[in-house]
Amino acid sequence: MIIDLGRFIAEERPYWRELEGLLDQLEKEPVLRLDLARIQRFHYLYQRTSAGLAKITGCSADQKIRLFLENLVARAYGNIHETRQKRVAIDCRGWFFNTFPITFRRHVKAFFISLAVMAMGGVFGGLALTLDPLAKEILIPFSHLEDSPAQRVAREEQRALERKAEPKSAFSAFLMTHNTRVSIFVLALGFTFGLGTMILLFYNGVILGAVAADYILADKTTFLLGWLLPHGSIEIPSILIAGQAGLIIAGAMLGRQSSLPLILRLRRLADDLVTLITGVALLLIWAGLIEAFFSQYHEPVIPYGLKIAFGLLELFLLTLFLFRSGKKTERVLPHVDVDT
Amino acid sequence: MSMSTPKTRTLTIRTPEGIAFSLQLAGPLIRFLAWSIDLAAISALSGVLKTVIDLIGLISADLAQAVLMAAYFLVSIGYGIVCEWNFQGRTLGKKLLGLRVVDGQGLRLQFSQVIIRNLIRFVDTLPLFYLVGGLAVLLSPRSQRLGDMAANTLVARNPEIAEPDLQQLLPDKFNSLRTYPHLAARLRQQISTPEAAVALSALLRREALAPLARLGLYHELAVHFKNKVEFPEEAVIGLSDEQYLRNVVDILFQETSRAYRA
Repeated sequence: MIIDLGRFIAEERPYWRELEGLLDQLEKEPVLRLDLARIQRFHYLYQRTSAGLAKITGCSADQKIRLFLENLVARAYGNIHETRQKRVAIDCRGWFFNTFPITFRRHVKAFFISLAVMAMGGVFGGLALTLDPLAKEILIPFSHLEDSPAQRVAREEQRALERKAEPKSAFSAFLMTHNTRVSIFVLALGFTFGLGTMILLFYNGVILGAVAADYILADKTTFLLGWLLPHGSIEIPSILIAGQAGLIIAGAMLGRQSSLPLILRLRRLADDLVTLITGVALLLIWAGLIEAFFSQYHEPVIPYGLKIAFGLLELFLLTLFLFRSGKKTERVLPHVDVDT
Repeated sequence: MSMSTPKTRTLTIRTPEGIAFSLQLAGPLIRFLAWSIDLAAISALSGVLKTVIDLIGLISADLAQAVLMAAYFLVSIGYGIVCEWNFQGRTLGKKLLGLRVVDGQGLRLQFSQVIIRNLIRFVDTLPLFYLVGGLAVLLSPRSQRLGDMAANTLVARNPEIAEPDLQQLLPDKFNSLRTYPHLAARLRQQISTPEAAVALSALLRREALAPLARLGLYHELAVHFKNKVEFPEEAVIGLSDEQYLRNVVDILFQETSRAYRA
């Protein structure tokens, strides 16, 4: 069929322009909401342009015209058929106190697996160092920890007053960015069917277990707790939550309990993954500040008892926050079945 | 909705309305080039930030270093996220090379998709120079790196498509062939749809053809159409092959009577 292109374009052009203008507006303003009349008009324009495309595809029109219409239809299709909720504005407080902990609890199994893997690494590291103290160099590959715990405690306590004058902002920023990078990496490795995530969690557990065993065996448990608890009580759970996110990806990839295709399984989890990793980043900012400005001070500047109490309080509050915050909102939310 | 990905790396999406449209997927080389441009943009942006942040060093060197470290981190992670979310799936490199990140099912790109594809980049860049991501793009039928697979996104070619200008092709000029309406009607009857499409394409791509190739093509087509319907000598006298072809296309694609507008 050969159609009268001139007439076709002349008749349809106003509708194409109207649709194009509407699409430009929707793309420039992602939060724009159309009223019912405009939605109906938008749908009409989409259908009319689609019909035009069908007409032109079946006849001898030039490829340029077909591409132009395909482009318009593709853009409109994305907006018309999208059923996922449009993000209008972010309620930061509501997100932090509701969305984040609710999301955490929705996938709490993955968190416990993450915790178990790190704990196994910890036990392995602790046992390895206890059974073979000469393996310390391999188990704890950090130059500042190569001395014996007794030597380090003596040095740190001697330098305690000097440390007050040392600059700490850059160190704090380094800790925040480094830990966030590691967390993103732990999440991203979920794509290796969770293997990479579990290896990283296990490895971190090994280091942690070896360091703990080293200090406990040297009878420096109080120093260890005073040094690690203030920032570790936030930092370690954060890494575990990143591991949780990685394992969620792994679960979606394996998809044992779901008949949905992989694309849809991952699509359903996208918001949860973003929520978890954003929460992790926020927690790590706090941990970075505490590690640089608080954890590095030892006795006689800050008593170990106070540091330990502070760390325990943080851990208690974090547990309370993750397991209790947003319970009221959760109760009124419809049940969301997430197949992982 | 159904989708198909033939070997040409084109994703065809069929809508519930029965309409099909296709997305031409970007290969690893062009994506690598776009990433190189983005890397240069990130470096330039970091350089500008460093100059500004150095001023903080006048107050506290430690604070300046901290702000710089955080700024580098935010720029390196946030560049892709901010650009792709605010500029409809395009970073600077993608915009310059005519690429765009789109949803894997042709739907609207979501913020969470943009974040996930940019976070999984950490694995795609392993061990060096996007080796993992590059291999994934090569092996994936939809040219996706791991981040794209996780976020269900695609990188498609996105040429700027302007509305076709038919006025330039078929200007409102006297067409001597139309003075013989019975022959014009026969021409419309004799010429098949694919033949008409070839003639129209040849004229629309005029500027893309080398002069000699264009003359040869137009001559061949003019001879072909002259053999289909023979117009009297006075209607074709002085017409170049190109003008003859334009007149034929005008008859085929513009039915509205312009026969005796001279």
